[in-house]
Amino acid sequence: MNEQAPTHVTETAMPMCAREPDRSPEQDAEAAAALCARAPVGMLCELTHRCPLQCPYCSNPLELERGNAELTTAQWQDLMRQAATLGVLQIHLSGGEPTARKDLEDIVRVAAEVGLYSNLITAGVMLTRDRLAKLADLGLDHVQLSIQDVDPENADRIASYKGGMAKKIEVAKWVKQLGLPLTINAPIHRQNIRSVPRMIDFAIEMGAGRVEIAHVQYYAWALLNRAALMPTREDFMTAARYVEEARERLKGIIVIDAVVPDYYAKFPKPCMGGWGRGIVNITPSGRVLPCHAAESITGLEFDNIKDKPLADIWLNGAAFQKYRGTDWMKEPCRSCPRKEIDYGGCRCQAFALTGDAANTDPACSLSPLHAQWGQVAEVESHAPAPEFVYRRVGGAKAKALAEAPGE
Amino acid sequence: MTETLKPAPARTIVTGDTRPELPRHIKLRHDPGRGRWIILAPERVFNPDETAVAVLKLCDGHRCVSEIAETLSREYQAPLDEITSDILTMLQDLSDKGVVKAS
Repeated sequence: MNEQAPTHVTETAMPMCAREPDRSPEQDAEAAAALCARAPVGMLCELTHRCPLQCPYCSNPLELERGNAELTTAQWQDLMRQAATLGVLQIHLSGGEPTARKDLEDIVRVAAEVGLYSNLITAGVMLTRDRLAKLADLGLDHVQLSIQDVDPENADRIASYKGGMAKKIEVAKWVKQLGLPLTINAPIHRQNIRSVPRMIDFAIEMGAGRVEIAHVQYYAWALLNRAALMPTREDFMTAARYVEEARERLKGIIVIDAVVPDYYAKFPKPCMGGWGRGIVNITPSGRVLPCHAAESITGLEFDNIKDKPLADIWLNGAAFQKYRGTDWMKEPCRSCPRKEIDYGGCRCQAFALTGDAANTDPACSLSPLHAQWGQVAEVESHAPAPEFVYRRVGGAKAKALAEAPGE
Repeated sequence: MTETLKPAPARTIVTGDTRPELPRHIKLRHDPGRGRWIILAPERVFNPDETAVAVLKLCDGHRCVSEIAETLSREYQAPLDEITSDILTMLQDLSDKGVVKAS
């Protein structure tokens, strides 16, 4: 092959999960800036927080929104139209479990009509073949199916849902039979990290075009369960080496996307590709967030789609403007040559650990808290794993009560 | 888990005889808001340049790579061997990423 050939197709980073882009951010910066200047590329729609699974690393907030607060069908449909007009290219239908919404078909239909590329992010356990076929007919573009492990017993224990794994295998087969592209998403932590090689094999066996080896990110439920989830550095390195090797060996067979745990990373992740830059998140009740964890930053005010148009919120909303770009940065970010590569990391993590979201993310080696923070992972990952606090309404409160100083 | 023995999937190597096409779930379209062409793929957005758009529009599953190269060589009055080499590199990369299906 001609090594000197110019690259005719570049990739815009889709920073949903802060995976590392195929090309370096420097190379891609111009293209990404052009594409993202006016509108978010992706819109993450948390259609509901209801879910039959109880994974202890769920990215939903500890205070789950109730079903009766959810947007109506017409409101979601209107949002799809607004998003397309604004210039959103892809929508990620997530939850909770998005198939818990009986009107998912009505939402997908409108998304397809207005030209949005739709991605269903599902645990699969509530799906029927007929329903999936209907969604495919209506124009659903892609299915991302989560697995908790390849070992059914361990998978069902992690999700606290009996028979889940068997159902997922069935769903993966339907996806392929219906001609839809499939991604297997595997959240990785200390209780399944040694299954990584078999997870990749599983994804190939299911006919997936992509597999996400997505190390758990420690927010919300995962932060609450961090000691039960944090892998040791040794296990992390072994898995990372395997993924690197497999990526090369399986080139042209499956695309492997890896999301690293930032406790073991050198630099902070470019969280959401920069605040208010490429991604917008809608909560079940219609609040519009720069990222799904943004509500953990107290003091920020979030607009609701029920009150204002999406374009207005995206362009002018106080929460979006607060940390957009680089003007808000303090040292060491302000003078850092990487400031437009990683945008100072994650605002939510900076807030949770330093009390100020404008501080450098402790994942960065330039943060004064970095050494101490890394030590937490070392200590917790080598201690015996505590019991999971499962994701369910009131689950977090129960844990807080159990740990409160005795009264 | 395995019900029937399937042949192990193998990497497609793109050659002059390959007949490339975009799978149904890959969408090449013009983005009017940003005034440019884009390729929409599962959790990916690609930015093809003019050359890539010209090539991809000819990837219909009927034409082979050699024919595509000849067409573009005539159209752009560029040397055939350079164009062929350029297209092969590009389509191999896109095939590896699942953007182009080749048979």
